[in-house]
Amino acid sequence: MFRPRSEAAPATVTVSVEGRRVRVAAGASAAAAVLAAGLDDIRETATGSRRAPYCMIGVCWECLAEIDGVPSRQSCMVEVAEGMTIRRQIGPRRVDVAPIRR
Amino acid sequence: MRAAEFAVIGAGPAGMAAAIRAAELGLDTILIDDQRAPGGQIYRAVERAGADSPLGPDYLAGRELVAALRASAVEYRPATSLWHLDPEGRLFLAAGERCEVVSARRVLLATGAIERPVPIPGWTLPGVMTVGAAQTLLKTADLVPTGRVVLAGQGPLLYLAASQLVRAAAPPGLILDTTAPADYRRCLSALRRGRPRPRMLLAGLAAIAAIKRAGIQVRHGVRGLRALGAGALERVAWEGGETGADHLFVHQGLIPNLQISLALQLRHEWNDDQLCWQLVLDPWGQTSLPGIAVAGDGGRILGAAAARLSGELAALDAAMMLGRITGPDRDRQAEPIRAALGREQALRGFLDRLYRPAPAILAPAEDDTIVCRCENVSAGAIRRAVRQGAPGPNQVKAFTRCGMGPCQGRICAGVVAALIAESLGRSPGQIELWRPRAPYKPITVAALANLAVAE
Repeated sequence: MFRPRSEAAPATVTVSVEGRRVRVAAGASAAAAVLAAGLDDIRETATGSRRAPYCMIGVCWECLAEIDGVPSRQSCMVEVAEGMTIRRQIGPRRVDVAPIRR
Repeated sequence: MRAAEFAVIGAGPAGMAAAIRAAELGLDTILIDDQRAPGGQIYRAVERAGADSPLGPDYLAGRELVAALRASAVEYRPATSLWHLDPEGRLFLAAGERCEVVSARRVLLATGAIERPVPIPGWTLPGVMTVGAAQTLLKTADLVPTGRVVLAGQGPLLYLAASQLVRAAAPPGLILDTTAPADYRRCLSALRRGRPRPRMLLAGLAAIAAIKRAGIQVRHGVRGLRALGAGALERVAWEGGETGADHLFVHQGLIPNLQISLALQLRHEWNDDQLCWQLVLDPWGQTSLPGIAVAGDGGRILGAAAARLSGELAALDAAMMLGRITGPDRDRQAEPIRAALGREQALRGFLDRLYRPAPAILAPAEDDTIVCRCENVSAGAIRRAVRQGAPGPNQVKAFTRCGMGPCQGRICAGVVAALIAESLGRSPGQIELWRPRAPYKPITVAALANLAVAE
């Protein structure tokens, strides 16, 4: 778990992480919001291994998540915005070809 | 197409200093960075930090450089990724779904360092992160870890981060220092040779004193570090000990981020003191490819102060190449910078010898330890591929899929090379280099389609 530092300024941005509402500092990343929300992991690999953010600087891609409906976003590189929805992604991504055919 | 004279990739100390100096010398300069604010990793979010920040004075010192960048004539492009650079100096950029090509007569790569991956058993468990990740969370989100917190590894950053957590009123419970007793002996002669100024050692000693005062337990000479748990971290174990843990933060020093220079097949060399690859550079940072230079830790690990100075040297060279100053002008302006750079190097030999990673960190002993996190490829699978005849990383990749995941080998490249070297009885420096390809970062098809429209 992570908590705000005791002398931290009040967190001002509210996002939803797997349906939990959590407040984080402006300028924080979506991956930070995941950790602040108390989630153990953010995704499951194609082979079923649970993963959480590892490097927090855009190198390891372990923090891939579905953000505002878009899968495979590098959540440590995405800044939180009011009302953002962050969800786990489980297993391999699938390409939905229906919109392309249309 | 935007045509700049000087393009700098990366807004850390090297990139900011280079861009500022180049603009002062009259070059039309563009600075590309994938973060939303300038600072790189070391000064990340420094503009938002309060004067009482637990990150300390060396962090807050970055505000001056960031302010100078904001006040400069540099065209600063935040939240923009470089996903391809061709040898003619065309930069392919993506900012969200927008793609753009920019050309530049001179390009400076200032892409900084990454933390050396620490492939211990269990390092993929949620709860295991890098020490740098803990710092990033403190810098950008004002978050600190709770529960039973263990820091493990070696290097200046380990103790700096621990002292920052102490100041943030969230001290770790235990530090597991993996520095071997022999390393302490080896570093002393380097200390005498380098003659560093006392100031340089004081920062480190102050951090260690703060850790002692906070009553944090420190174990030295730790070997055989392992993360244990079912689904998430529960315990941390080492030879002769074990403890319950909610967080394990690992660190084994920094290595240059070479993704772009490897893709461009620039000349690299093996650094046997730091046990990593680095760029072959001339005294101005010029690489083996005309028009492309490298500054800062992205070329070789020298630290933030040296990075800034090397950025200034690269800017002077670019200004000369583009006819803004003469050769003698360049050399004269470089003199004080070179003198300062020499002073910054005084401690390097000492640090390199003290914190040289153990062989087991480069190439994990246990066959079931995961090496490629993206594709779940173990050390044993890589050893097997070498036995089956794969002579280098590019073949091991085809045999096992290691390095084919989204990180494109950023995490596993060095470990794979070390495993191949071990199996073949060679130095990692004798192993072929991985050849990553564009896009350096995954981009969406929509972004690519937008590029076609823009052209």
